[in-house]
Amino acid sequence: MLHRSHIYGVMGEFSTPDELIHATEKVREAGYRRVNAYSPFPVEGLSEALGLKRNMVAPICLLGGLTGGLGGFFFQYWVAVIAYPQNIAGRPLNSWPAFIPVTFELTILGAALSAVFGMLALNKLPQPHHPVFNVPRFTHASSDRFFVCIEAKDPKFHLEECARLLQQLHAHHIVEVPDD
Amino acid sequence: MSAGQPPLDSPEIRRLSPVIGPGYTYGSVTEKISSIVLTRPTSLGWFIGFAIAFSFMGLMTIAIGWLIIKGVGIWGINIPIGWGFAIVNFVWWIGIGHAGTLISAILFLLNQKWRTSINRFAEAMTLFAVACAGIFPLIHTGRPWMAFYMMPYPSTMGLWPQFRSPLIWDVFAVSTYGTVSLLFWFVGLIPDLATLRDRSIQKPAKIIYGMLALGWRGSARHWHRYQSAYLLLAGLATPLVLSVHTVVSFDFAIAIVPGWHTTIFPPYFVAGAIYSGFAMVLTIAIPLRKAYGLEDFITMRHLDNMAKVMLATGLIVAYGYFFEFFMSLYSGNKFDVFLVQQRLHGPYAPYYYALILCNILTPQLLWSYKLRHNVAVLFLMSIVVNIGMWLERFVIVVISLTRDFVPSAWGRYSPTFWDWATFLGTMGMFVTLLFLFVRVLPAISIAEMRELVAETTEEKQ
Repeated sequence: MLHRSHIYGVMGEFSTPDELIHATEKVREAGYRRVNAYSPFPVEGLSEALGLKRNMVAPICLLGGLTGGLGGFFFQYWVAVIAYPQNIAGRPLNSWPAFIPVTFELTILGAALSAVFGMLALNKLPQPHHPVFNVPRFTHASSDRFFVCIEAKDPKFHLEECARLLQQLHAHHIVEVPDD
Repeated sequence: MSAGQPPLDSPEIRRLSPVIGPGYTYGSVTEKISSIVLTRPTSLGWFIGFAIAFSFMGLMTIAIGWLIIKGVGIWGINIPIGWGFAIVNFVWWIGIGHAGTLISAILFLLNQKWRTSINRFAEAMTLFAVACAGIFPLIHTGRPWMAFYMMPYPSTMGLWPQFRSPLIWDVFAVSTYGTVSLLFWFVGLIPDLATLRDRSIQKPAKIIYGMLALGWRGSARHWHRYQSAYLLLAGLATPLVLSVHTVVSFDFAIAIVPGWHTTIFPPYFVAGAIYSGFAMVLTIAIPLRKAYGLEDFITMRHLDNMAKVMLATGLIVAYGYFFEFFMSLYSGNKFDVFLVQQRLHGPYAPYYYALILCNILTPQLLWSYKLRHNVAVLFLMSIVVNIGMWLERFVIVVISLTRDFVPSAWGRYSPTFWDWATFLGTMGMFVTLLFLFVRVLPAISIAEMRELVAETTEEKQ
């Protein structure tokens, strides 16, 4: 048997989203926790099957939006009142309604940038290489095939047992994923 | 399908053409869309079209080069018409961009399935239109190398932008719009770039698409966050797109010039923007589906729906024209009343009548089911609306500026060769970028089409 450190996990291939969800549920029911699924499009119900909870993208986005909005407003205040005050016929320097359009735009900008870069950072992307790319048939994960991978880091992981489980779930092309 | 909708086999729904042709699988949609980029030989038509567009873009480069050498005096602008073509074209281009965001964000939030096959190139259209729009205010400053003065940065002069000015609001609105549109487009592209990486045969293509795909591997954990981010972006882009043309309309409405100083401008500018944008999406979609045989993906249903959106927004625009007219007369303000007379009988009256013909009268033909299902008519109609919306901006900018408060300040405006060269040049740039886009990136979102296949097979079961 191979040493655990040389393999990343065992992967099974499925041809429909329903099979994928079913397999993921069964693998999790068998007690495996370090499991991941791969699909060419977001499959409805897959996150629940994997037991994924709420993610942090929305809070990060909120934070970015607040930073953009508050930062934008007070920056304009600082410019108009402190750094470069212009007395135009004695009108108030803090003409806050005039600052709203830019405040709004900066809120959106901050929220959008943090949503996208937050999502990429949480996903640890960009990551040019990953062990799953070692599987030759994995190129189908971006077109028409669905994969379940039980990772070797799982405390219950045993190569043959995992392969047998995937076989019972009617996976085609069950392969071990080398870790390099 | 949500519970509120009628069952699929009801006769009402059956009459609609489907959003995707029958018999497609995950593999075949992937193959069909990615083959346009990866395997199909580039047609002679592509090269000819690209060459024509690129030569117009060359004309733009010459026009801008000459402008930088000689200054804005080469244009037809004068005092009192300081804005002229540059601002007319800026507003026109920015407006066109709006349909892309509307399709990708608002229709996404409304869960409209028919958006799927048109959102990618509509977003690309947005980006390219914003790029074209951005050129005009930049070169209209006369010294484009000084344009960074508009950005807030700690300069040695201790100078800061005037945040009370709508022109500065515009800088922020347009640059935010450009940035968010780019993010939205790129996030949507990531899974498709991974598909192209996995399917390309040549090494350079594999490396380039691979780097752009950021190592996307379709992991369920990634999709989980990806969907959150995409939904949030759609939610953010929706108020943004409404704000952008609102801010553009503030450029006019905050000023006290007759014909500009009115509260109806923001909503009517936004409706007009969506109107012209959908016209441009049709202008692009019709040749695109023909050239690449995408009739199964961009079906009559899509064209029909876009025509309906055009009709609806066109009516809002007509309402805007009517109330602009009515409020001027009702206000009793003699300058406003005079401006209305100038629109109807002044030296630029033919433009006003042409605008009514293009924007209000002709589009009423779209009430007819037959005409909405005639591709040639739709294509012509989209061009007519594009011209009409350009005329609208011309009328707004030129008539108001040539008929100010005091007769001694009145003037005339006529564009020069260089005005036209710059305008046609930006059209060349727009089309050049579109040609490059359909050649190197998937013009239809492959991942979303696979989702659509999954949903339609589910419904059949």
